[in-house]
Amino acid sequence: MNAALHLAATLVLCVAAAGPLARARWVWRAPRTGILLWQLLGLSWALSAVGLLLALGLAPYDAPIPVALGRWVDDAVRGDVTPLAVLVVLGLLSALDLVIGLLWTWCSVLRVRRRHRDVLALVARRDDAAPGAFVLDHPHVVAYCVPGARSAVVLSSGALTALTRDQVDAVLDHEHAHGRERHDLVLLPFSALCSVLPKVRLVRSVARAVALLVEMRADESASLRHGAQPLAAALRRFGSARPPEGALGAADVGVAARLDRLAGLPPLPTAVRWSVLVGGLVLVSTPLSFLVR
Amino acid sequence: MNGLGELERAAMDVLWDRGEPVAVRDVVRALADRDLAYTTVMTVLNRLAKKGFVRREAGEGRAWYYAPVASREQYVARLMLDALSLTGDRETALAHFAQSMTAPEAEALSQALDER
Repeated sequence: MNAALHLAATLVLCVAAAGPLARARWVWRAPRTGILLWQLLGLSWALSAVGLLLALGLAPYDAPIPVALGRWVDDAVRGDVTPLAVLVVLGLLSALDLVIGLLWTWCSVLRVRRRHRDVLALVARRDDAAPGAFVLDHPHVVAYCVPGARSAVVLSSGALTALTRDQVDAVLDHEHAHGRERHDLVLLPFSALCSVLPKVRLVRSVARAVALLVEMRADESASLRHGAQPLAAALRRFGSARPPEGALGAADVGVAARLDRLAGLPPLPTAVRWSVLVGGLVLVSTPLSFLVR
Repeated sequence: MNGLGELERAAMDVLWDRGEPVAVRDVVRALADRDLAYTTVMTVLNRLAKKGFVRREAGEGRAWYYAPVASREQYVARLMLDALSLTGDRETALAHFAQSMTAPEAEALSQALDER
């Protein structure tokens, strides 16, 4: 029962912390730490949710979870099944569900990207004004990254017209940071979680918070090279074309927050960053200690 | 440079410029400065057909004729929609700098795709 209590406590802690952390501004001052913290929190949540079901279902064996699971399988094969087996099966199924959700999202993402790259190869051109990037001839202001083993950065001709040379460089650096640091892999588990639990509002706000931190990390990387000014100006230029409301409104919050950050939020002190990470590690070590023996 | 990707692009440009189904030998002729073999051009066109970019139809005699499935503008519009995550689960597939399009603009972009 000890295991179940610990896992339940970890689960409650994860869920309770997620809401405030998704709204927290202090993580904006250390985007990379924030991203790591979310990854540790997400992992703790998944492990303790699955672990809790297993711990409850395997309680009669009064043994560590891996040992008890082995005995449970032996018993189940012999046809010796208790009503608590429902919980064990539920635990295994939810673990499977998470893994399948992850693979499914990954495959669909890869499919979209492959198609996108194929089309890009046919219609995009190179331009001296945007070194290392593909340029699409279109009046709309657009800049993005197609992540992958060899990521591609794309800019519209509209963006080239709207932005100064400095701003173009800063935007390109921002996009290259996404590709270099494989931010798509950071986002993957969180959007997979959204597809596994589509109705849970907390999950969506967590995914949004992580996405914002990823943008902020790319901003941080670009402003190290070019200063905050050109990037902020480019963001404003992108933002000015946007509607006050409607389907795309959610992005407003993100741009405003990024501008705030670029305007001069001081970085989080190193000691604080490390304490946060240690906290995250302690959290994830709890479910791990019960699931791995 | 005559890499396969680059040839596909050149062949596509020929098809887009003609605006009507084109026979393989006409594509060879249009790309004469590259000095390509007939079979090379055929391979390139068949690759494009396999990827769904061109349609192959039987013409007069034994020749095959090739035509683009969609216009260059439609493909660009599709990329723009992808890039702006306006079409379903594209959010993780691409990382865009910031939303930059008004709802009416996005609507116009979607319509550009539907026009065939």
